Amino acid sequence: MPLVVFWILALLSVGAAILMVVNVNPVRSALFLVTTFLCVAVFYITLSAQFIAAVQVIVYAGAIMVLFLFVIMLLNLGAPEALRERGRLQMPVAVVLGLAFIAALAGSQSLVTLPPARPVDLANIGTVETNGLSLFAPQQPWLFPFEATSILLLVAVVGAIIMAKRRV
Amino acid sequence: MVPTSYYMTLSGILFTIGVIGVLVKRNPIVIFMCIELMLNAANLSFIALGRHFGQVNGQMYVIFALSVAAAEVSVGLGIIIAIFRSKETINIDEVNLMKF
Repeated sequence: MPLVVFWILALLSVGAAILMVVNVNPVRSALFLVTTFLCVAVFYITLSAQFIAAVQVIVYAGAIMVLFLFVIMLLNLGAPEALRERGRLQMPVAVVLGLAFIAALAGSQSLVTLPPARPVDLANIGTVETNGLSLFAPQQPWLFPFEATSILLLVAVVGAIIMAKRRV
Repeated sequence: MVPTSYYMTLSGILFTIGVIGVLVKRNPIVIFMCIELMLNAANLSFIALGRHFGQVNGQMYVIFALSVAAAEVSVGLGIIIAIFRSKETINIDEVNLMKF
């Protein structure tokens, strides 16, 4: 049963990702990307990462995609004629390079054999409690990066305002 | 339980689709979307390996990757708006100010 769910979601996410790249209209690309994000969120739930799945839906499928759609509407890029894709040679070269890349990935994966999976209590590995205890524990290395992230977000806020402002 | 290698293969396929999109597209907003797809693929493999080894560390990495992605998107879309305001186009072929 989990394998059936995996295959359905895998086909859905890969198909939506391919449609996102193939589509000419950026708004439709954004909607297909939302489909892929939601599929990845369900993958997180099947991998017993419930908290990350909720954050994925809120941050990626919610905030980031709203930002994308907002900028597309603001710059009026919805018209497909606005950016005609040029260069007939580019598509086949990109596909060949992509196939070479996936061959390199498969080759590197065949070099490494994973050790057998460690049996673990999968029910509470991804809850908010476990994540918080690991994030804020002093013996774990995650507290300093967590605090540094706040500075990163502050810099991003200031940078976005300065970039988008007409006169600073 | 679905084997971890399945998730790794799916992550590699999604990453490759993102790479092809970055190479093909001329619209910087769609290029940004492809970069987000690549980040998601990397996050998926992080979580799959975290479950494989029974550790919560994979999910910690994903939390930080998420916040960095949010910051990157906000600044990047601000840059796109600034380019559009000064050049009236965002075709990536015509934005070659820093090209040597």
